Amino acid sequence: MPTTIPLDWYLMLSAVLFVTGVIGVITRRNAIIIFMSLELMLNAVNLTMVSFSAYNGNIGGQMFVFFIMAVAAAEAAVGLAIVLALFRNKQTVYVDEVNLMKW
Amino acid sequence: MDMHVLLFALFAVGAVASAVLTVTRRNPVASAMSLVAHFFMLSGLYLTLEAQFVAAVQVLVYAGAIMVLVVFVVMLLNLGNEHRLQERSSLRSVMGTLIAALFAVQVIITLLAHPTGMNAMSPQALTIGTTESIGQTLFTTYLFPFEAVSLLLLAALIGSVILAKRHVK
Repeated sequence: MPTTIPLDWYLMLSAVLFVTGVIGVITRRNAIIIFMSLELMLNAVNLTMVSFSAYNGNIGGQMFVFFIMAVAAAEAAVGLAIVLALFRNKQTVYVDEVNLMKW
Repeated sequence: MDMHVLLFALFAVGAVASAVLTVTRRNPVASAMSLVAHFFMLSGLYLTLEAQFVAAVQVLVYAGAIMVLVVFVVMLLNLGNEHRLQERSSLRSVMGTLIAALFAVQVIITLLAHPTGMNAMSPQALTIGTTESIGQTLFTTYLFPFEAVSLLLLAALIGSVILAKRHVK
């Protein structure tokens, strides 16, 4: 008997973690911290995938986690390069000071 | 109390606490360090789910590679005076926070009212998390997505080099 924890606990935990990430994206202005909050959201989804995979005995969930990790790594590289380019052009990483395309 | 429940509670509380710290810290380096702690807590949670390989990859890829990149960029940018780091809270962000929190409350209420009924892990959980079964599935059933992901990583590599180059001619 592996564990006695219901699946619901993992789902509630990952909902809370996901919402923490959402709140970070909404409230923070520093682009790097917004980026880290995005990582929090991706990881909350990964937790859901792994728990469904373990409770259903299906390996597909863990495969998805690998692909999500690969996409997150690509996103990290490109996102941070964009932050660097932004800082070089505007001398700021605060997203509300970057409003050239806002009407 | 059961050992598994104790471990789950420990990692869950740690994960939520470090996530909240990540979102609320004013200094980006403190945020990044909390995020590393968060990744370790998640890795522990994956171990309670018998997903050993995912747990190892979580530490290697996230806590190792991605966070080094983030900390490197934080150090590279001169973030200026401390008073510019003050976050202003507007009505919009307060509303957004409330609506986001409402979503979590809704998920929790729904799960409490209608439990999934899955109270124990599948017996196969012990075998599917091993490196052997992951590798076998990854290189047979999921071979095409695997190759597609390698192409994506190549594109990201080239894209980030071009974006971060000093003078684009």
